Amino acid sequence: MSETHSVLAHQFDDLEQQFEASTLGMWAFLITEVLFFGGLFTGYAVYRSQYPLAFAEGSLHLDYRIGAINTAVLICSSLTMALAVRSAQLGRRRSLIGFLLLTMLLGSVFLGIKVFEYSHKYHEHLIPGINFVPPHEFIRYHVDPQQLYVFLSFYFAMTGMHALHMIIGVSVLAVLVVLAWRGRFSSEYYNPVEVAGLYWHFVDIVWIFLFPLLYLISRS
Amino acid sequence: MDATPINAHSGTPGEPIRANYLNVNYGLKSWLLTTDHKRIGILYLISITIFFALGGIFAALIRLELMTPEGDVVSSEMYNKLFTMHGVAMIFFFLIPSIPAVFGNFLIPMMIGARDVAFPRLNLMSWYIYSIGGVFTFAAMALGGVDTGWTFYAPYSSTYSNSNVALTAVGIFILGFSSILTGLNFIVTIHKMRAPGLTWFRLPLFVWAHYATSLIQILGTPVVAISIVLVALERLLKLGIFDPKLGGDPLLFQHLFWFYSHPAVYIMILPSMGVVSEVIACFSRKRVFGYPFIAFSSLAIAVLGFLVWGHHMFTSGQSVYAGMIFSVLTMLVAIPSAVKVFNWTATLYKGSVSYQAPMLYALGFIGLFTIGGLTGLFLATLATDVHLHDTYFVVAHFHYIMVGGAIMGYMAAMHFWWPKMTGRLYPEGWAKFAALVIFVGFNLTFFPQFVLGYLGMPRRYHVYPPEFQVLNVMSTAGASILAVGYIIPLIYLLWSLKYGPAAGANPWQAKGLEWTTPSPPPPHNFERTPVVTEEAYAYESKPYPEEAEVV
Ligand code: HEM
Ligand SMILES: [Cu+2]
Repeated sequence: MSETHSVLAHQFDDLEQQFEASTLGMWAFLITEVLFFGGLFTGYAVYRSQYPLAFAEGSLHLDYRIGAINTAVLICSSLTMALAVRSAQLGRRRSLIGFLLLTMLLGSVFLGIKVFEYSHKYHEHLIPGINFVPPHEFIRYHVDPQQLYVFLSFYFAMTGMHALHMIIGVSVLAVLVVLAWRGRFSSEYYNPVEVAGLYWHFVDIVWIFLFPLLYLISRS
Repeated sequence: MDATPINAHSGTPGEPIRANYLNVNYGLKSWLLTTDHKRIGILYLISITIFFALGGIFAALIRLELMTPEGDVVSSEMYNKLFTMHGVAMIFFFLIPSIPAVFGNFLIPMMIGARDVAFPRLNLMSWYIYSIGGVFTFAAMALGGVDTGWTFYAPYSSTYSNSNVALTAVGIFILGFSSILTGLNFIVTIHKMRAPGLTWFRLPLFVWAHYATSLIQILGTPVVAISIVLVALERLLKLGIFDPKLGGDPLLFQHLFWFYSHPAVYIMILPSMGVVSEVIACFSRKRVFGYPFIAFSSLAIAVLGFLVWGHHMFTSGQSVYAGMIFSVLTMLVAIPSAVKVFNWTATLYKGSVSYQAPMLYALGFIGLFTIGGLTGLFLATLATDVHLHDTYFVVAHFHYIMVGGAIMGYMAAMHFWWPKMTGRLYPEGWAKFAALVIFVGFNLTFFPQFVLGYLGMPRRYHVYPPEFQVLNVMSTAGASILAVGYIIPLIYLLWSLKYGPAAGANPWQAKGLEWTTPSPPPPHNFERTPVVTEEAYAYESKPYPEEAEVV
């Protein structure tokens, strides 16, 4: 099988070993990512317990409807990603490319909405370090603006870091589309798609945590 | 274990020239684009040596300043920059990559009978990432330096310092990824690439130690990465995270920083412990006593190491309750370290011990690491730490472990595997002499610092009361001896590249798959994948049939 030989890297004995190695590698990388975001979540937990009212008030300044739409978009993108992996496993090149493009599209929609949301915050003068002005009226709790500032700092640090991961994810998918176009993948060899899928689902799951923690505090 | 044919005596005249990883192709490009784990190890060796020299120059200037009680050589601002840049160069750019990136890269695939690591291109990429991080940090140093201490405590680092904090932070952030990728590569390699018959409990302890190290690298490094990002965001965008003026909490930074940086001290020491296990077994001609204990103590250190970070914060305003818990947990981490020391000593017992240079360094490691570990217990005790914290006692403690321990292990590895890596023998007499010089210089440099710290000399000041001068002069004198001790090997190792006698496949008659290949090894390590049929360190069973010449 000459095809097999071109995709089997020299250090591996067979495709199975290669597949297992790349999957384990990605899982290990995702563990790294969990700890990376873990630092942010720890900081969030510390300040939320220190400034509970400010976090509740800050959350009311975010538009939960936009957050919910974005959550839906990302969940759909996870579905299309899973379908892309499935197509790759079955060796269906056209549908693989289609689902990858669809996933990229949904990812870009997410990012577009995020840009819209950020610019909205800019107009409301709620971006720490850039144009923060304490709001004239508070929505529910009258809190120290300094504490609101901390909430917003975390909002931007966490969603910004997540958005960066989305951008990386979309770029990776773009590379996969090109490779799929050139017929690099087959039902025997689809590791990159599988591994990129793991990454994509991970980034989605991070958002699943971010959405309630940032948008839905004391929303009742 | 010896299923591969052996072609010893490479390089002896008359034999056809054998292809090895050094002579398959030549030229800068063939090195800069290599994916061979052995060449990447050499690339790292060159890069970290540069940073070692740089860090050494900073250290020399620090010691020069401290010869006299007055601040006469440098200003206090400059002094702050010197100890910061010394720490950054030595810890992040030399010691953390040292053994894993050089010897781990070179040896792990060979020790497990693989052709390469699992992800060779990622491996090369991690060297490039290291270099890019190095360029940033080097630029930060050249453009005026940093003065926050290697610990980057906020809010000084995030708000007040006027030095190149952001540039250095970017450099260290980038560097972190090279460490993560190396660890990730090793974990996958060790899991998935072992030769047939090489079960976990037949692995050399060097591999176990690197497995534990890699776990710390992938679990700890991302946390320091995000902390650095937050410092940078606070500094550049004024996000409010650590600076109390912006609503933040500086203690959070210390927690996040030490959550990585305590485990990071084990990134530095565990690989050395792996080296010591190999060397002690070889030069006692015995199997390592208590193999599973040494293997699991590495994992225990990796796990417990994540639970003790608060011992750096006993005096920073953390609650006494937290302090007590961290104190107890810190004492616990000393247990697996002691287990190793006892097992090595038991290995020596009734062994036929010989004292070649690698063994001298390994023995040096055991003694000096023990002193470093025991003084760690002084620091882990709440009441004594209030007295000793931020004094020269702490400086002496960690130098006993990092220089006396980790670098001794690095030197042991350098001498033990140099013949394998280069195919040349180094001059044994000079090597023993250098080991002695290093041992003497080291103790003269750092032992007085225990006394100084105990007497109350704080760290990180460039002036001190005159009564401390005698001990400081001793320390500076020791440092110059130590410097000579490091320069001698640099000279004779380079010399041996050209003039050293050919080493043969197995100059130490050591066990382990790496010694079954010719020196220097062929590009893909093994002509045929070896099949392993015995434990590591089977020194007491039959010797290899194909003995190479003995040194
Ligand atoms: C054997 C067990 C060990 C114990 C019980 C221990 C204990 C401690 C304690 C309690 C401190 C804080 C002292 C203070 O700041 O007041 C400390 C500092 C330090 N230790 Fe250890 N340690 C151990 C092993 C190590 C190892 C293996 C390394 C490095 C390879 C290391 C490197 C350091 C460093 C770098 C610092 C100072 C960091 C700084 O403030 O700049 N220690 N140690
Ligand atoms: Cu520590």
